[in-house]
Amino acid sequence: MRGSTDELKIKIGDFAGPLDLLLFLIKQEQANIFDIPIARITEKYLEYIRLMKRLDISVAADFLVMAATLIEVKSKMLLPRDPTASEDEEFEDPRQELVDRLLEYEKFKTAAGVLYERSTIEQAIFTRGPIESDDNNAEINASVFDLLTVFQQIVARHVDEVKMEIEREEISLADMMRALKKRIIETGELSLLKFFEEMHSKRELVTAFIAILEIVRTEGVRLLQSNTFGDIILKKV
Amino acid sequence: MNFEAAAPQKTRTPAEIVALVEALIFVADEPITTKLLADILEEERESVQAAVEELTREYESRESGLQIREIAGGWQLATRTEFHEEVRRFLKTRPSAKLSLASLETLAVIAYKQPVTVPEILDIRGVQSATSIKTLLDKRLIVAKGRKETVGRPMQYGTSKDFLIQFGLKDLSELPSIEDFEDLVQ
Repeated sequence: MRGSTDELKIKIGDFAGPLDLLLFLIKQEQANIFDIPIARITEKYLEYIRLMKRLDISVAADFLVMAATLIEVKSKMLLPRDPTASEDEEFEDPRQELVDRLLEYEKFKTAAGVLYERSTIEQAIFTRGPIESDDNNAEINASVFDLLTVFQQIVARHVDEVKMEIEREEISLADMMRALKKRIIETGELSLLKFFEEMHSKRELVTAFIAILEIVRTEGVRLLQSNTFGDIILKKV
Repeated sequence: MNFEAAAPQKTRTPAEIVALVEALIFVADEPITTKLLADILEEERESVQAAVEELTREYESRESGLQIREIAGGWQLATRTEFHEEVRRFLKTRPSAKLSLASLETLAVIAYKQPVTVPEILDIRGVQSATSIKTLLDKRLIVAKGRKETVGRPMQYGTSKDFLIQFGLKDLSELPSIEDFEDLVQ
């Protein structure tokens, strides 16, 4: 390989994972995937890992796991067959599992390429944007910053309140998320102002805030706000 | 005296239905289903279906700059790919940020194997996919689809409607079969 160090870095660091690198090496060595020359491929693979380290490219743990796997398969290949094993016993090729994984992975790598092409075509197609109507005006999608503002208002209010400090077990994020989901399923929508008011301490407030962000991110719920600085409604989509 | 039962809907000519369907598809801001069109117009689904097909033919035959296409289970009016350069110049947009190869692979696994858990994705890709999953969630291309009832109750993921729209798919069955991707040529 010739070229500046930077070019090499870009070329080498470009694999989507150890299976991607292995496929590349097998093709480069013009090896038969159904009869992998395991010693040679392992050697090339380790060479690559060393090169990546030398070029200061961080090597993800998954690459190292694959290195260990290759070495294990290679050593299994070197062991003689068990002479006491019966003739009928199936000889399990130590490479089989690896080959199966490579073939399976290759299918999805190709599928990814197809998706890429489709999205490129799609980007050349345009539609008109939404037309203003009562339906999409009354409640404007709230952004995370609106959420933060409402949250700040409530925290400020909390500071003024005098609360009895009782030692209690703080509710975990998982429990908070469960409680939140239950509320949304029951009522279909939830007022964030009301929800925050129910919290007993600053820590609970923060946990509630994080729970809401997580739920918006991972589940099908939306944040809607009718007035600037007004209450935010969490709605199940 | 003959009393005619008051018909709740006026009978429309096929041409009128085509025109109405065109107007509704135009204003819809996301793909609109045949069912919804039929409900709004109070017409039979077959009439609406025929109207959409007629409309599609009309747009094609006059070599329009627009097309009617089926996407994400509904109908949509959109510009033709041939004109993307000029349209982009007008809208002053640039092609949006492309997904990385890792994210595309993760998306492919999820699209074909949904619902699927993170460990299952790891088995196929051979790498941790946490970053890709976060990216795909942020772009609303995938959604959580409940938990698998096995040890640890891991979260399962599947593709969203936005996925269908962004990749120009009618529905998931439009994805080519994964077995077609077996590369037997070495």
